[in-house]
Amino acid sequence: MADDGRKCALGYDFKLIKQGAEAKVYKGNYLGRPTIVKERFKKSYRLLDLDNHITKERIKSEARAVLRCKIAGIHTPALYLVDFERRCIYMEDVQNSTTIKDYITQISEEAENEAGTAGSLLMKLYPIAQEIGKVLGKLHANNIIHGDLTSSNMLLVKDEKDTLTIVLIDFGLSHVESSMEDKAVDLYVLQRALMSTHANVDRLFATILDAYMKENKKESHEVLKKFNEVWARGRKRTMVG
Amino acid sequence: MVIAIGFEGSANKLGIGIVHNGVVLSNCRRTYITPPGEGFLPRETAQHHRSLVLAVLSQALREAAVTPEQIDVVCYTKGPGMAPSLQTVAIVARTIAQLWNKPIIGVNHCIGHIEMGRMITGSDNPIVLYVSGGNTQVIAYSRNRYRVFGETIDIAIGNCLDRFARVLKLSNDPSPGYNIEQLAKKGKKFLSLPYVVKGMDVSFSGILSYIEKQSYQLLKSGEYAPEDLCFSLQEVLFAMLVETTERAMAHCGSQEVLIVGGVGCNLRLQEMMETMCHERGAKLFATDERFCIDNGVMIAQAGFEMFRTGNLTKWDETTVTQRYRTDAVEVTWR
Repeated sequence: MADDGRKCALGYDFKLIKQGAEAKVYKGNYLGRPTIVKERFKKSYRLLDLDNHITKERIKSEARAVLRCKIAGIHTPALYLVDFERRCIYMEDVQNSTTIKDYITQISEEAENEAGTAGSLLMKLYPIAQEIGKVLGKLHANNIIHGDLTSSNMLLVKDEKDTLTIVLIDFGLSHVESSMEDKAVDLYVLQRALMSTHANVDRLFATILDAYMKENKKESHEVLKKFNEVWARGRKRTMVG
Repeated sequence: MVIAIGFEGSANKLGIGIVHNGVVLSNCRRTYITPPGEGFLPRETAQHHRSLVLAVLSQALREAAVTPEQIDVVCYTKGPGMAPSLQTVAIVARTIAQLWNKPIIGVNHCIGHIEMGRMITGSDNPIVLYVSGGNTQVIAYSRNRYRVFGETIDIAIGNCLDRFARVLKLSNDPSPGYNIEQLAKKGKKFLSLPYVVKGMDVSFSGILSYIEKQSYQLLKSGEYAPEDLCFSLQEVLFAMLVETTERAMAHCGSQEVLIVGGVGCNLRLQEMMETMCHERGAKLFATDERFCIDNGVMIAQAGFEMFRTGNLTKWDETTVTQRYRTDAVEVTWR
């Protein structure tokens, strides 16, 4: 089978750790470094032409965005190798990291056990939310649209001094665009993801947005205006009155 | 033992159905069909429903072989949908609830689709893809709500297909989407279209504008046949849906998918979803046009679940609303 051949091609050092929606993720060693390989495997439900086109675009987007982020001073995993032939990207395996999703879930459970109020939980998550807002502000100030902002696509790294760093991952849907519309939709996607995944901390987004505004000052007013417009579209709001 | 009757009329289908503890006793429906190239307008749709609703009601009772006395609860669509047609049907439901002296329940249309899909297919806790003329949502259940993980940020998928059918002047009988599906089967040449996925959300309006604008020239020059355009449009739109559904599955760690809503009876969409599920070792649940397309049974079934858990609608709240989100309803029965 072609599929097995591809797995072997990655070498025996690599172990499949996850099958996401888009890619199979392998963990292993590449040139002596802990490495993640993301293989955007063929999706047989899509037409071959369409699938090839989409995959190629996404690999390109991911590589480009990582580079742009690096220039802008936003943390992302370092890129080691891009292999169009095998539809793979090799990148740094960020050590000592958890996804924001797991982190919020963990903190929520702890708070529940301590019988804390929603307010105290929010207080605990406040520094993280601030940090997220800051990173996103910077991202948009540099005209990078992530395209798939969720709590699973952000890593939290804590060093020995307890300094928090947010590392953004999964740039497959990203593009470079200066329009307010795209930035607003990017934020909207994040808010929706937070609402559906972490319903207990729905106010978290307000803090993120606050920090975002401070970071991306120049555009904050217009992005917010667009953001409200996006919410008013279609069937997304409930009719009052 | 509960017998529930459901009234549905949020769009161009008028449906009345009766269920008896999860068993469908009758499922009657009429569709307001407009001439090719035209959509259905609120006022005319309401007139259609008004002129047929009593005939459909007696047919539903007759086929189910129940008398009004045997019915335990009257359920109707509260929203979302077009106001005039919602109102027409709600008035009938309110009237018979009073005449027969029965409790009444206003049901969220989207919840109706989900609950009936679960009842018919027996799926327990699926990721739901709800695709119809007015809605496109990827839904998962968590903590007493059906939460919307992904949805269209502009028009619905069915709306996109219907409006393209109007461009091609396809017949609206039995539905524009069905006729696109039949043409698409004969399509061969793929036209590259925009592919718009934003996280778990999708957007269709740009794709529609693009193909609307291009189609005249493409068809005139003979470069593409209408079949090819239908084929290309379906392939791209459905790939977007399957992709976002798969994203939600990965995000929630779910191994079941349920497709509901009118577009859900498209066999190509079901086939693509099946392929995706197969690759993930997941299971697909889908229904045919009797249950996919708006009907009264779905309202009766969701109403039955609400009735069972004491979730009645107060008389002065038996109104209708054009906007009524899936995640606005507290789920008391799961």
